Amino acid sequence: MAKAEFKTPELSEYIEVPDLVEGTMEHITCFVAKPEHQEALGFPGEKKENWKEVAIDKMGDLLSRYRSFRVYLDACVKCGSCTDKCHYFLGTQDPKNMPVGRQDLLRKVYRRYFTFAGKYFPKLVGAVDLSEEIVDDWYSYFHQCSQCRRCSVFCPYGIDTAEISMAAREILDAIGIGQKYCNEIIGKVHAIGNNLGLPGPAILDTLEGLEEDVWEETDVAVKYPLDVKGADILLVTPSADFFAEPHVDGLIGYGKVFHEAGVSWTLSTTASEAGNFGMFIGSYENMRRVSLRIRQAALELGVKRIVFGECGHAWRIAYSFLNTLAGPFDFLDPDYPVPQHICEFTLNEIEKGTLEFDKSENDDMSITFHDSCNVARASRMGDKPGGQFEIPRKVIKSVVNNYHDMEWDTIHDRTFCCGGGGGILTDDLMEVRVKGAKPRMSAFKNVMEEKGVTHLAAICAICKSQFTKVFPYYGMDMFQIVSVHQLVSNAIVMNRKTPPEEAPGYGEDDDE
Amino acid sequence: MSSVYALLFIVATIVLVIGLARKIAQYAKAPAPLKIPTTPAPVTQTGVVLRLFREVVFFESLFKSTKWTWLFSWLFHFGMFLVLLRHLRYFIDPVWLPIQLIQPFGKYAAFAMVAGLAGLLIRRIFVDRVRYISAPSDYLWLLLLLAIGVSGATMTFVIHTDVVAVKQFFTGFWTFSMGDLPMDPVLLVHLTLVAVLMLLLPVSKLLHIPGIFFSPSRNQVDNPREKRHLVEWARKLEDS
Repeated sequence: MAKAEFKTPELSEYIEVPDLVEGTMEHITCFVAKPEHQEALGFPGEKKENWKEVAIDKMGDLLSRYRSFRVYLDACVKCGSCTDKCHYFLGTQDPKNMPVGRQDLLRKVYRRYFTFAGKYFPKLVGAVDLSEEIVDDWYSYFHQCSQCRRCSVFCPYGIDTAEISMAAREILDAIGIGQKYCNEIIGKVHAIGNNLGLPGPAILDTLEGLEEDVWEETDVAVKYPLDVKGADILLVTPSADFFAEPHVDGLIGYGKVFHEAGVSWTLSTTASEAGNFGMFIGSYENMRRVSLRIRQAALELGVKRIVFGECGHAWRIAYSFLNTLAGPFDFLDPDYPVPQHICEFTLNEIEKGTLEFDKSENDDMSITFHDSCNVARASRMGDKPGGQFEIPRKVIKSVVNNYHDMEWDTIHDRTFCCGGGGGILTDDLMEVRVKGAKPRMSAFKNVMEEKGVTHLAAICAICKSQFTKVFPYYGMDMFQIVSVHQLVSNAIVMNRKTPPEEAPGYGEDDDE
Repeated sequence: MSSVYALLFIVATIVLVIGLARKIAQYAKAPAPLKIPTTPAPVTQTGVVLRLFREVVFFESLFKSTKWTWLFSWLFHFGMFLVLLRHLRYFIDPVWLPIQLIQPFGKYAAFAMVAGLAGLLIRRIFVDRVRYISAPSDYLWLLLLLAIGVSGATMTFVIHTDVVAVKQFFTGFWTFSMGDLPMDPVLLVHLTLVAVLMLLLPVSKLLHIPGIFFSPSRNQVDNPREKRHLVEWARKLEDS
């Protein structure tokens, strides 16, 4: 399906609101989940024969279980406030990519089957019968939403298209038309423990490799422990951190911070994934199942604290949902929030004075920070609202000399999605990803030109992968994306030296 | 004719009150299983009350978004709010002091209301994005409210009606001694349209009025790490 024939949008100095062009993205359709992917998650394998009935029933079920869904479908007054806020609309001009345009694909069916006006005066309120064409539209356009919540910031009623697109995907799953990318991955988490399907031995191998690399670089034996019972901290991090660039440089950084802070920590094989694609498909049950692995791992390893690595949607689920889905965490140390973000941990250590940095190690770069949507608009760090903006920036400014923010209306809670979030990060949706990245690329390019910024730092595995892929489309270099803890890793001064008898390989030659 | 209007308003009031109450009950009963406030969000209940206050009174999010829409909407809603307060004098006797005091503002607020509505209508017609998302009902609501505003302002400023009789009609509702409604065409149009609005409100997008208070992205406290949030159907999953 790689209809790779599309034109990369041209970047403009300001983010311009384009004219509407209907149907520019209606050809988009991502790979459909195979029966085995569907059934592993408890969904029907193929499109049901009575799919209409099932879809309407499912909609009714969701209306009774989710206040957000119910209220958001009713409350929209079509004021147009959200119409120019979605990065996919700004990059594609397709009116069905305006948040309200996307919601209306579902709302018009809701009105037809669940409201007085839609039942008796459908034409008047734009209500329509459920049809084959509408399901096609759902499948196409609800997989062009990254659930980034930017629309909900600007809606006078807080209507969040993410909630609508989650519901739509749940309805699609219920009638047997799931998305291959998300559902296959969730299956891997259930079966193996992480999104990439990395088995324990592969993770162990990677971590040993990292230990060797860091030893060679620093002459300090930093440990990257796996499944160590009795460790104080369980680190849960996106599985991309185990091998992808620049993610793995972030993981190296976490290890160095833990080492210098002098805490014991461990990763877990069974909870070797911070990500939880259950949220993307709106499935509470799957999201809960994936979350429970973390509780289980924490119990089995007997840790006192849980810390999450750099991952946007994972942090939303960790911060906002984990206590609900897999709590209560009364068996952990009550002196620390459950869970903690690695940036909270690192900043705390910086403020305690346990870490020393040589900022000049990062002088070859000038940094800007990309607020990842799920961190910015769906979670918090620290005690105060907005800590999710300040804490990562404080960490970065502690380790680099050159830092500049992008334009004020493209950061913080107004941040633009990378274009790859919410279950879109798949090659069969490359056109959506590239076009959706346009607003973020424009803001980045401006700060490059005006302030001489060279690198974009992020705290989200999806953002990092997405930028690596789309930068080249916009004439940038894929290595311009860095992990925040990669910057930390570069600048940290390793003061806790390794005594010779603890050095790797010590004694091996003398054994003869 | 007066008794037709009396009946109309009795029916309209019943439909409005029961329809709205049912809808509010439906919203209140629907559980919100997850913490989804749009962040940064208040970390205390007081903070949430303030957030909703800013949203309802100042249209904070809309202000962030587009200044023209905000201006027109706020003129319309705030104008209508003053006009409605002023109208209380037709339903209560004696008229409360605050209502007496806003009388002059309430009269001229009609212009703000009409101007705001006109701005919204123009925007709906000429901005291609807003035109695309508009159904016939979206235009009709603006026209209905405009007609109510214009007919009302006409009676205030151009063709006066016998407001004493009108007041007798509506205050008499409580005691079933409503007397006769003046048979002025402008008044009858005005009242008919108001009754239509009351009848349709519970089945329309005007449900944004209760909706805003039930919107989880606006009314939830941001404290998921401190306090476990669990609804009934989710609790059942844990028991199974």
